[in-house]
Amino acid sequence: MYLELKNINKKYGDYKASDDVNIQIEKGSLVALLGPSGSGKTTILRMIAGLETPDSGDIIIDGVRVNDIAPAERGIGFVFQNYALFRYMTVYDNIAFGLELKKVKKSDIRKRVNELIELTGLKGLEHRYPNQLSGGQRQRVAFARALAPNPSLLLLDEPFAAIDAKVRKELRSWLREMIYKVGITSIFVTHDQEEAVEVADEIIVTNKGRVEQIGDPVSIYKEPETPFVSEFIGQSTLIKNYYKLKGFEQGDYIGAIVRPEFVEAFKRDNSDFADVIDSSEVGTVTDILFRGNSLEVRLDVNGIELTTHRSLERRPIYIGEKLRVIVYRLFAVDEHRAYLLENTELQKKGFKDRRLDTYIYNENKYVVI
Amino acid sequence: MAKRTKTLELHIKKGKRVIPGFGLTLGITIAMVSVLILIPLASVLVYSLSLSGEEFWQIITSANVLYAFGTSILCSFIAAVINCIFGVILAWTLVRYDFPGKRILDGLIELPFALPTAVAGITLSKLYSNKGAIGSFLDKFGIAVSYTHIGLTIALIFIGIPFVVRAIQPVLEKFDSQYEEAAYSLGASKRTTFIRVTLPELRPAMLTGFGLAFARGIGEYGSVIYISGNSEKKHTQVVSYVIMQKLNYLDYSAATAIALVMLIISFIVLLFINIVQIRQSQRTNNV
Amino acid sequence: MSEIISDLNTIDKESIRIAKKYKQKNKNAAGSKEGTFTKIAFISISLIFVVLMLVVPLISVVINSLKLGLAFYIESITTEYVISAIRITLLATVIAVIVNTFFGIVASWAITRFNFKGKQILTTLIDIPFSVSPVIAGLSYIMTFGRMGWATPILDTINEALGTDIQIAFAVPGVVLATIFVTFPFVSRELIPVLNAVGTDEEQAAALMGAGGLTIFRRITFPHIKWALLYGIILCTARALGEFGAVNALSKTRGGTFTLPLEIDALYLSGSADSITASFAVSSILVIISVIVLILRNIVEYKVKK
Repeated sequence: MYLELKNINKKYGDYKASDDVNIQIEKGSLVALLGPSGSGKTTILRMIAGLETPDSGDIIIDGVRVNDIAPAERGIGFVFQNYALFRYMTVYDNIAFGLELKKVKKSDIRKRVNELIELTGLKGLEHRYPNQLSGGQRQRVAFARALAPNPSLLLLDEPFAAIDAKVRKELRSWLREMIYKVGITSIFVTHDQEEAVEVADEIIVTNKGRVEQIGDPVSIYKEPETPFVSEFIGQSTLIKNYYKLKGFEQGDYIGAIVRPEFVEAFKRDNSDFADVIDSSEVGTVTDILFRGNSLEVRLDVNGIELTTHRSLERRPIYIGEKLRVIVYRLFAVDEHRAYLLENTELQKKGFKDRRLDTYIYNENKYVVI
Repeated sequence: MAKRTKTLELHIKKGKRVIPGFGLTLGITIAMVSVLILIPLASVLVYSLSLSGEEFWQIITSANVLYAFGTSILCSFIAAVINCIFGVILAWTLVRYDFPGKRILDGLIELPFALPTAVAGITLSKLYSNKGAIGSFLDKFGIAVSYTHIGLTIALIFIGIPFVVRAIQPVLEKFDSQYEEAAYSLGASKRTTFIRVTLPELRPAMLTGFGLAFARGIGEYGSVIYISGNSEKKHTQVVSYVIMQKLNYLDYSAATAIALVMLIISFIVLLFINIVQIRQSQRTNNV
Repeated sequence: MSEIISDLNTIDKESIRIAKKYKQKNKNAAGSKEGTFTKIAFISISLIFVVLMLVVPLISVVINSLKLGLAFYIESITTEYVISAIRITLLATVIAVIVNTFFGIVASWAITRFNFKGKQILTTLIDIPFSVSPVIAGLSYIMTFGRMGWATPILDTINEALGTDIQIAFAVPGVVLATIFVTFPFVSRELIPVLNAVGTDEEQAAALMGAGGLTIFRRITFPHIKWALLYGIILCTARALGEFGAVNALSKTRGGTFTLPLEIDALYLSGSADSITASFAVSSILVIISVIVLILRNIVEYKVKK
């Protein structure tokens, strides 16, 4: 393991920012710390950097306990949320600053800075000041500045938060590509699940100071382990009386999470579903929203509100229309864990899920994973 | 949202120790404040507390001291009120209108800050005396300014005006004209808009400016002692003058006792300003 | 669909047209007789107030100072007393500005860069000299270092041990201390809001890269605060040069510990027509300095805003 956090605790007054956090990160991986605001993800990042000190627990980088090592000695590159570029220094001086502090020879500094400027595509902007750059260019400078002294671990705090939505997408793939090119172990903080899924190999989901789940994007999505993850990831609705849905029985749960892709709605005469028509129930269309590449359909099934996505290629439907509805599966949750429940009636019939794509919903768009 | 800002704040707070120099800078700061400000002021306090209650009361309630407090407070109050009126007009003119010489006018507002108080004092005294340019003119109507309470008040207006203008100006600059436009669109006249919409927005700034000018006025010395004439009979002595007088007579008990009361008064005024400012920021934050 | 869009378009255009109409109406209202009248009235009141209350006194200093001719003017500002007063004033001002600049930087760094208990109290304590009458400032140093002062025996012991004769109250050090007292918060008060607005991100980044305190200040912080610092120094200088009340309590020797304002006071109170004119002549030196300060202040303020 390259980076290890063992039993980390951190309190601010009564507020637990880190509650027995244990994390292991392998060399060369690109990890996202994902969670809502105030979930403690930034605190974890800042503790690794040495910008905060844990109340208890160990932070180990490359086999060395770094708790008492000064931030500057930890071999870390840090990209701040708003980049914290030195406003009174040019792009060149910003990147060179860390090397100057290390008393690197002038000629070597020039070589390294030019190399990074070349790598990050900042050529021609060396003598500009930060306020003369676009958001994307600033991010590149921040990235180059963090990399200049050859750190072995790169930490990025909400690296895309300061960039407007249009450029963000482009920069995500750029950053991913760059990190692979440089081959540096990297951890970034984000509250945006789409970003985490798109950029990271591994996602650490945090909530209320605890690590909820660690895993690759697909397993986080498909096998949420806790109620929080099942609700936080994807477009999820919590329903209380899930047992009223056909094919599900009441268990010792407090409710269930249903995602749009778990719900199938079809017209009565649809021959594709003829074999399961008696396992379906009636749902009334209450609302239809256009989502660009699909429709988002709200249904009322026995007083339970469900949401599904409908391809634009299929036959049109209308508000008030009665459709047949089946729910393939849902995540039943108790206080601590999430459990996948398959529709028992469909399983008995050997009926397979016909929806091949799974989506993650974010910012009014769907991302296929 | 509230919770979110709170946690963000916490992050920032705790992160600050990364920056070096905490112990050194705080140590120097506290040491300098203590040696230069607190210990000398504490000496006054300690000395005045060594007086018996009876002595203290006798000093404070002696006629000329009471009159001095009355004069200082009353004249400062009137001057601060007048400054509030002209302060609003000046700030309004400087923010809302364009006219030649505006920048010079804006710069001149600070003159009372830059001009030594003693210079202001002798000039005003001369100007408003019955031989001075303005004084001789007013004398024709039987109005005496120098060596009266009027003169005292004029000096305090002079010294206080920048406080009020500089308190109101930034608020007026930031004041979104959308509020006024909203009022117009609802059919309010300009006057109604000013009285019902704009003025309430300016009130906290006016109170702050008023408080600052008032506080400065109560403690003022250099600019008032020439024009006031310092007559015990005509009650034109101000508190600072009385303290100085006691000092010159080496009457330290009286000087410190009066100073203590004055410190308490300025503390109350400061407290008032702080409360106004805290209320104001709470109100704007809630919007 | 396209129908809806075109519908939306017309609605939009309609609303824009209405909005424009209203704006025009508003403009008309602003340009109406009432508006123009208010404008002229406000500008006139402002001009009259400023001219009468501020400009006339300024000019009257100059006129009064030249009443007895240029020769007398030059003679009055070159007397031994005046030269000595200029020396003391400059000395006190230079020391006060240096001390308070140092203090301002250190204190604003401590207050804006770190969080600690009692920060609000410390900020309030620093601002005390703003709200305390300068006479009380003078008094407090007398009560500390004067005949009644508790620090006097300590000072005497030191003097005896070292064979020196350092006096504070009614001596030059007292004048310097009083000047420092009244100008104490000037620099820090200008720096604190600027440092708060700049934030600590850049400094944290630099610290993380291994920069020490001095490097951070010199390379990162200083460029942000240089204009505010200059602004504070200018205000501090102006106030130090003109301080009267505090110094008046602590300084009794004309030609020895008197500063320019005290010399002006002495000349004015001596009562003869000649000495009053001389007092205005000496005042004119300070008036010229304060006008220069005003101009500098405005230039720097403009830079700070930019």
